[in-house]
Amino acid sequence: MTGIAAAEFARQASTEHAQTLSRPSLSYWQDAWIRLQSNRRALVSLFIVISLLILTLLGPVLWSVNPAAQDLDQISVPPGRDRSALVVAEYTPWVIPAGTVAELQLADTATTQSVRLQWAALPGAYGHRVYRNLYPVGPERAYGIPLGEFFDNSTLNFEDRLDLRPGTYYYSVVALAENGRPGTVAETLRVDVRRTTTVNEAVAQGLVGSAADIAVGDSLQVALHPLGTDYLGRDMLARLMEGARVSLFIGIIAPFIYVLMGVVYGAVSGFAGGKVDQVMMRFADFVVALPFLLFMILFKIAFGIGPGESGIFPMLIAMIVLLWPATARLVRGQILQIREQGYVEASKLLGAKSSYLIFRHMLPNTLGVVLVTLTFEIPRAIFTEAFLSFIGMGVAPPTPSWGSMSNEGIKTMLNTPHELIFPALLISITVLAFNLLGDGLRDALDARMRNTE
Amino acid sequence: MIENGTPIADRNDNFTRSAGKQLAVYALYAVVTLAVVVYLLAIAAGQTGSNGADMGINVANNSITIALREEPPQLDTGRSTDGASIIVLSHAFEGLIAYDEEAQLTPGVAERWEIRTDGATFWLREDARWSDGQPVTAHDFEFAWKRAIDPATASEYSFIFYSIKNAEAINTGRLPKETLGVRAVNDRLLEVEFEQATPYFDKLVAFVTYFPVREDFYESTDGRYGADADELLYNGPYMITEWVHSASMIWKKNPYYWNDKRGFLDEIRVAYITADTNAKLNLFKDGQIADTHLESPMLPSAMAARWQIDRAMDGTVFFVVFNHRPGRVTDNLNLRKAMLYAQDPVELVNKALKDAAFLPAASLFPVWVGGVKEKFREEYPAPKHQMDLEKARHHLELAKQELGLAAIPPLVLLVDAQPVSQLAATYYQELYRQRLGLEIRIDSQIFKQRLAKMTAGDFDITVAGWSPDYDDALTYGEFFASWNLQNRGRYASADMDADVRIAQTSLDQKERMDAFGRIQQLVHDDVTMIPMYERGWSFVVDPRLKGFRRRSVGPEIDYNYAYIDVSSD
Amino acid sequence: MLWYIGKRLIQGLITVWFIATATFFAMHNVPGDPLLNERATTPTIRANLEAKYGLDQPVTTQYFIYLKNIVRGDFGISFAQENRQVNDIIREHFPVSAILGVLAVIIAAVGGILWGSLTALYRNRLPDYLIMFLVILGISVPSFVIAAISQLGIVTLNNLAGTTVLPVAGWGTIFHMLVPALVLGLSTMAYLTRLMRSSMLEIVNSDFVRTAKSKGVPPARIFARHQLRNAVLPVITVLGPSIAAITTGGFVVEIVFAIPGLGRFFVEAVQQLDYTVIMGTTVFYGTFLVFMVILVDVIYGFIDPRVRMS
Repeated sequence: MTGIAAAEFARQASTEHAQTLSRPSLSYWQDAWIRLQSNRRALVSLFIVISLLILTLLGPVLWSVNPAAQDLDQISVPPGRDRSALVVAEYTPWVIPAGTVAELQLADTATTQSVRLQWAALPGAYGHRVYRNLYPVGPERAYGIPLGEFFDNSTLNFEDRLDLRPGTYYYSVVALAENGRPGTVAETLRVDVRRTTTVNEAVAQGLVGSAADIAVGDSLQVALHPLGTDYLGRDMLARLMEGARVSLFIGIIAPFIYVLMGVVYGAVSGFAGGKVDQVMMRFADFVVALPFLLFMILFKIAFGIGPGESGIFPMLIAMIVLLWPATARLVRGQILQIREQGYVEASKLLGAKSSYLIFRHMLPNTLGVVLVTLTFEIPRAIFTEAFLSFIGMGVAPPTPSWGSMSNEGIKTMLNTPHELIFPALLISITVLAFNLLGDGLRDALDARMRNTE
Repeated sequence: MIENGTPIADRNDNFTRSAGKQLAVYALYAVVTLAVVVYLLAIAAGQTGSNGADMGINVANNSITIALREEPPQLDTGRSTDGASIIVLSHAFEGLIAYDEEAQLTPGVAERWEIRTDGATFWLREDARWSDGQPVTAHDFEFAWKRAIDPATASEYSFIFYSIKNAEAINTGRLPKETLGVRAVNDRLLEVEFEQATPYFDKLVAFVTYFPVREDFYESTDGRYGADADELLYNGPYMITEWVHSASMIWKKNPYYWNDKRGFLDEIRVAYITADTNAKLNLFKDGQIADTHLESPMLPSAMAARWQIDRAMDGTVFFVVFNHRPGRVTDNLNLRKAMLYAQDPVELVNKALKDAAFLPAASLFPVWVGGVKEKFREEYPAPKHQMDLEKARHHLELAKQELGLAAIPPLVLLVDAQPVSQLAATYYQELYRQRLGLEIRIDSQIFKQRLAKMTAGDFDITVAGWSPDYDDALTYGEFFASWNLQNRGRYASADMDADVRIAQTSLDQKERMDAFGRIQQLVHDDVTMIPMYERGWSFVVDPRLKGFRRRSVGPEIDYNYAYIDVSSD
Repeated sequence: MLWYIGKRLIQGLITVWFIATATFFAMHNVPGDPLLNERATTPTIRANLEAKYGLDQPVTTQYFIYLKNIVRGDFGISFAQENRQVNDIIREHFPVSAILGVLAVIIAAVGGILWGSLTALYRNRLPDYLIMFLVILGISVPSFVIAAISQLGIVTLNNLAGTTVLPVAGWGTIFHMLVPALVLGLSTMAYLTRLMRSSMLEIVNSDFVRTAKSKGVPPARIFARHQLRNAVLPVITVLGPSIAAITTGGFVVEIVFAIPGLGRFFVEAVQQLDYTVIMGTTVFYGTFLVFMVILVDVIYGFIDPRVRMS
């Protein structure tokens, strides 16, 4: 009781201020987005995915070439080839000149329209056979591909119109023995073929306005195909874009639908619990047990593809029917977990209805998992479509898809690799992008990882 | 507090290093276990697999290794219909008459024969034997033919016997099979009675359905005849000693075969049965098989490898078949003419299909089939065809007027899953769209479903091919007869039917060929079909194998005259 | 434990029944006629063929006959390969696919576990980047492209070496199995590598590992006993479905490498509309998968006691 006067005590201001937050409060999604942004790989993938989608939707506007149009003057041309062509008259059947020649020679200029050869009868020949080679004939006497046989010496001329491309060919005429088999006597000629086109073809391809604009003897550039052409002369870029539409349509829409179905089914099953849950999950297990690829094929032939249809819808339906259980299982598992959480209990005590619980609390909390699943199902669907197209059980011709284009490209892998590389590359990039995006999403959304800083 | 004085980073490195070592140890264990497992699996695989693989040409053993495109469903001569079976059967069996190296008829089991208006007689040779040493007798032929014609056997090739007396009646169930007009007079004499005169009977008899079957052996197989290598008896140059289904076969030289002018190899190993042409190409590159055919994408590689490439006609003619049923738009002649003049088979083959061995078709009859004395197409040239867009459009307008349509409705092009057919279909679709403004919808079906649709008439146009059953123009000429079940477009013309009847029954070769000439012209004028191409194969053969042939009639590939010769030219 | 196994087996049987029924009705809705062939047949012959295959009965009768036959283990006679029982076809060709599949799964599992551990251990260092790059190739390039390219690679290798180092196609010896199994297992191996990696990384941060480290347990033991063992569990869970995917997805490899397996047979049967083979193969595969999954689950139950309790 020493003398501390009451006046020496001044009332302090209240020091109870709430804890200040050092940064704004983040919702689950905002937090996830920030995490995603810091994952560089995922960002790049997201960028790629968005570009692909934009390309698919806007591409045809920017490059409006008809993917089915066949430019038969430019078959299997790799990108970047020289495009100059000479305009010549329409093809007319060859009038074989009278008289004989001394040796194997060209009867006319060699163009991509035709190469006309004449020769003198070889010594000891009972007939002749004409060969064409891409390479000079060496001592092994590999003459190349046989193009025509004549079993007597009355025909000493030949017109080649088979798949002529600008470049150099080596033609050989080989003497035939009496039994019609090729012998050892031969003559070879090197021929340089020029690319040509006709007035009608130029008009049809849209290279000139009308027939009046060009004449025989002019030079022009044949149509540009930035990524080359395929085996029927169709523009690769246009086909890839249409193929993108098909592959991505199946790859994105199918997973969307069956994941959605799975969410609904799983949510109902998980929420209902008990017997209903058991029965529903048992049914889902049955569907899972069906061998997937086998049934895809079965469904495909069961639905059949009508004339002119593309085969996209049967594939879509088959995928949806077979693939929804996985998501259902996942969602149901999540719901079962969430049901036990405290805040659900609390919500119920506060009088929340079932629908409120499902839509406000449970489903949003499963969305992370669902989103990740979706991102992984997309590449799987794209692969499945490509796989089925490879064995001929995919989309029907002439609808292009990256899978069927790869399948066709494999056949000419060694000579014209661009027909395989472009679609296969696109499949790979898309699949990779979605996979990495899925990884990133999982890292960003997975609650467990959130706890381990 | 820093423990032990070592910084944390170092400790982590330590951890990594020792963990890494542990991992390496585990990896070693894994590799060893893997090797053991692989070894065990390999033993298991050896039990299941084919032991056919060998070098393509094995000079020491006088044997070659080849690949077949598909597995023969069964090797019952009375019931086989597909190409793979015919290849195998043509090496393991021999009929009364056979083909020689140059595809001419030559004596087989029969050393001579006589064909008359009312029938035929065959004298069998003494030294023809089965692979168990027993002689081949006329009874074997009688039994085989009666069995094949019996409706209970359900042979799809029974129609090839219809020139024999009562054959058709037996096949449709009206008469018992014993009444078939064939009789084994004794072990070496076979008498045949005709239903109507069949001057080309000798060519028919060379077909596999006419090959012999021995009755006692057949009964002993108890319904499994033709299902496995040991359920068959062979009388050809080779015997099948091993058959692992869908995997491999081994053919060994038949010691009881009479003809030393055929069957020079000691062994033919069919080590691969695969339809994948890339796999076959790779096998050939590797020297694992003796020959392979080349598809057009493979030609550049073949040229780069400096192989000797050969080609041969396959005999099959491909054409666009129209649906001639009443009510169908394609029944209209002007529409068909429009479609005919808008296209050119030369462009189809040269620009779209790009196969060096294909020949643009000009007629129902191929270039190689025989006529009176020379080739049929030399004596009766095919009608000339020239693409003419103006004419085509003119006919299209006429068609629209006749049909009373402002525009032709979309046409359904039925096609099977073969890559070449698909290619042709895609080509035609764009061609008709661009040149005539016609919309063509492609209906792609697997083989059986396509057949079902064709038979039901559920198509407008389709791509079809026909391979010859025997070496006579009739096999092509009768295709569009109104009674022919193969004529699935249901084309019917009294003139055509009359000419086919003449060709079937006339004994005068000139008269028959004249009839074919008229048929050829009619097909063009009436646009019964649009000719596409005559199929051929580019192929490569190991240069050490000589005498290998590809046939237009008979087996697609023929090793009966093949032998190994290592001396280089 | 026995109770658990028994329950699963009964469930498995019901699943098999479901598969068989689904297959039957799918096949009977397929348009087309299995008896048609290129050379058209007369009605008599057709009737004989129909009777032979039992196609002239009403659908429900066919269904019960079908079920009865399945119970007896008889899948019927092939339509396309006359005279051959479907059972024979399966018996001769399934072992081939199985051997290939088993080898592929083992390669995938061993490889996945090894590479996954390696990348987790050397995280963000050279081995990690290298392996992850290969993993990326493995999951993004379509399997048929890999198959075609690898076959080409073998040919080139043989050409360079001047002799046959590896056979290009076919079946029968160790060397025939190596490359096809590798190609078949590649995408699964890539997937398992990633799985193993993330599993290991999770465990590295977990409490019991930290405890072990702080107790001074030798690093090798921590790694082997704690990390590896626990990280392997998720991989094993996935193994069941992986076996499924590999065995049924083997047909591309079988086609490209001319391996006489059941998958290739199935594709050919579909192309020829061979009813009995299609149905028999599907039911057989389905049954195989069901029991494979049960087997893996039971094994997993032995390894991880937590599962048994649930």
